[in-house]
Amino acid sequence: MYAFNYHRAKSLDEASGLVAKAEDGKLIAGGMTLLPSMKLRLAAPSDLVDLAGVDGLKGITVSGKTVTIGAMTRHVDVHTSADVKKAIPALAALAGGIGDPSVRNRGTIGGSVANSDPAADYPSAVLGLGATVETNKRKIAGDDFFRGLFETALEPGEIIKAIHFPVPDAAAYEKFPQPASGFAMVGAFVARFGKDVRLAITGAKDHVFRVPEMEKALAANFKADAIAGIKLGEDDMLSDIHCSADYRAHLVTVIAKRAVAKAAG
Amino acid sequence: MSTKVSMNVNGRKVSADVEPRTLLVQYLREHLGMTGTHVGCDTSQCGCCNVHLNGEAIKSCTILAVQCEGANVTTIEGLASPDGELHPMQKAFWEHHGLQCGFCTPGMVMVACDIARRKPDADEQTIRHELEGNICRCTGYQHIVEAIHAGLQAMNQAKR
Repeated sequence: MYAFNYHRAKSLDEASGLVAKAEDGKLIAGGMTLLPSMKLRLAAPSDLVDLAGVDGLKGITVSGKTVTIGAMTRHVDVHTSADVKKAIPALAALAGGIGDPSVRNRGTIGGSVANSDPAADYPSAVLGLGATVETNKRKIAGDDFFRGLFETALEPGEIIKAIHFPVPDAAAYEKFPQPASGFAMVGAFVARFGKDVRLAITGAKDHVFRVPEMEKALAANFKADAIAGIKLGEDDMLSDIHCSADYRAHLVTVIAKRAVAKAAG
Repeated sequence: MSTKVSMNVNGRKVSADVEPRTLLVQYLREHLGMTGTHVGCDTSQCGCCNVHLNGEAIKSCTILAVQCEGANVTTIEGLASPDGELHPMQKAFWEHHGLQCGFCTPGMVMVACDIARRKPDADEQTIRHELEGNICRCTGYQHIVEAIHAGLQAMNQAKR
């Protein structure tokens, strides 16, 4: 790991200012992705601004049909929250499947969402539930947030404060984990709001995406069989030593069916 | 540029000026000379470096020492009583031969104590699932799982 300057921010304004002032500043939340990337020298920020000391970024609140999760809330807290389990059990289950217990004791929802790793679990819930990402500057719809490989709508100095998840009538997350890392080779988050259905796929392309043709079929008939015949093309699917593009395309249908079966069950 | 960091390690207040890139595990091993915490993979996969940060298991190779400002850290050296009496989980690992080469053992024991905190009545299947982040290259896990199961029971009994 290359040397860097370390700052403990006390407020969002201070954090934003410190990042802006630095030559190549980066925010650190749980650090579960950033620190390994820095060890590999894939990332070499000049300055790290730690958000751990900023008040008001942690915690879970439910009001009406919305679950709000602070950006610095850890995976273990989402997984074990009685409120999340009651309102959106699929989200609590998703959080419990990230990394391993010691990683879940550090990793945060804001860090995961801001990173937009193509194989991360949380982005599928943000997009699948149509959540709203609240930053220190504005509110961004889940549909507009994820832009590409490790790329989001966040501007320089913009910091996620919280994520607002609408409570669905039914939802489920299923993934086909890479056996060693547990990362999703393909993950599917499906949610039904009345007659509307949203389906977000992670792990398959360079960033999380929705599948309108499957959503339409599921809106008409919320059963796994309804999408059994829908296959995605393999053109822009990821391909690596774990999984070829055509296999990933195949997995999308399989895993989406499993998610629907779980949600409909 | 170095940054000052103070924390409490196994009940002892420690403080140092460290380079910000110093990992917690480096601080423990190289600055404090506490080599009980091991570095197996340095990529947060193997779990040998697990310590407790404010009572919860974390991988000390994937956190900066400066992130632990003001925290309570417990390492494998902090489990036994000052008179040398082993912690019930350590005893269970001894009695059930929950190790072979011993390299992964500090991390296994620290995670086992974290399981005890969260799931004191964990069954075999739960224990195996909870060990997802701990890799052992010798034992095939069988005796480790048996040791943790026995350790949980011993800790539950001590509570009564």
